[in-house]
Amino acid sequence: MAINLYYYASPATFYQLSGKLIPWFGWSAVILTVIGLYIGFFMAPTDFQQGEAYRIIFIHVPAAWMSMFIYLVMAFWGAIGLAFKTRLSFMMSRALAPTGALFTFIALWTGALWGKPMWGAWWVWDARLTSELILLFLYIGIMALWAAIDDPQRGDRAGALLTLVGAINVPIIYFSVKWWNTLHQGASVSLTKAPSMAKIMLIGMLVMAIAAWLYTIAVALYRVRTLILERERNTDWVKALVEK
Amino acid sequence: MKARHKKLMLIGIALAGIGIIAALVLNAFQSNLVFFFSPTQVAQGEAPTGRAFRIGGLVEAGSVKRQPDGINVKFVVTDTAKSIPVVYQGILPDLFKEGKGVVAEGKLGSDGLFTASQVLAKHDENYMPPEAAHALEQAQKAQETIVK
Repeated sequence: MAINLYYYASPATFYQLSGKLIPWFGWSAVILTVIGLYIGFFMAPTDFQQGEAYRIIFIHVPAAWMSMFIYLVMAFWGAIGLAFKTRLSFMMSRALAPTGALFTFIALWTGALWGKPMWGAWWVWDARLTSELILLFLYIGIMALWAAIDDPQRGDRAGALLTLVGAINVPIIYFSVKWWNTLHQGASVSLTKAPSMAKIMLIGMLVMAIAAWLYTIAVALYRVRTLILERERNTDWVKALVEK
Repeated sequence: MKARHKKLMLIGIALAGIGIIAALVLNAFQSNLVFFFSPTQVAQGEAPTGRAFRIGGLVEAGSVKRQPDGINVKFVVTDTAKSIPVVYQGILPDLFKEGKGVVAEGKLGSDGLFTASQVLAKHDENYMPPEAAHALEQAQKAQETIVK
């Protein structure tokens, strides 16, 4: 491969690169959110059994997907960091956690708002809802652990370890509706079968999901830049940057 | 073997270990992780006796009867093999319909009547416009008449 990955693993070069990328990701996230919401609220038809209330799906499902996916990415960076001792990997992991927690919270909150009119309850202790709540606690626990350890290197390793142990929860969330009978319905969209929703609804949901991805990348890069500056504050390139 | 590869393998082994432990624990708690029991499971004595539990299935078509007192409603929960009559006092969710999914929490009396304290609607993962649902229904009916 022509691109040297180690070159971009250096915080100094990554700082420059990410600075250029953030506006692109940020603005495309905004544009896709507007398009996705327009499709979801104005173009998608009413559902045959849930009426208009189903439209919360355009926020609920992308948020729930992101809550699980971000966790896996965090665990990936944690494992890479532990194995290769790359500073940037840990910083990536730290930068993603708040956004993951945010999406988990949104998934739970919109789920409650959806559950009350459809199921008849804000909350039930079924396997899907409970495991998603555990995910929120994991995010909060990992962030608290990082905040509690003053030494960045030690904090990085401890947080990465907790992230990896907690990763077992993600398949449990995803397959909970298959393994056990739950009040939560099964997946409408999965890799193994054709999606069980009208095409325009599906498009709206996927556009929102892509927008959530782009948003996540933009804010994670922003946070990583802040972390880089904080940790590299004694290096010449940061000093030169500040003096500019 | 390089040190970092050794470490990566160690992480892999540790994760596999956690996975196995989780699988065993979840397997041990299997019966507590189910949200509801089907009427067949209840008939086979798998549901707990003497305490409240949930039953789940479909509301049998034509079984919903509002009682003359105007407060109680009776219906039958079925999984097409077995069925359980349910009596409930309270507001039913909007999606509660004959032929649709339902989960009821309550106690099973010795007379086989399930007294529910809460009734929840369970909907499926299909989303489509009403016209599509109507067309699907028509197609299904047509198919049934051909089979007959």
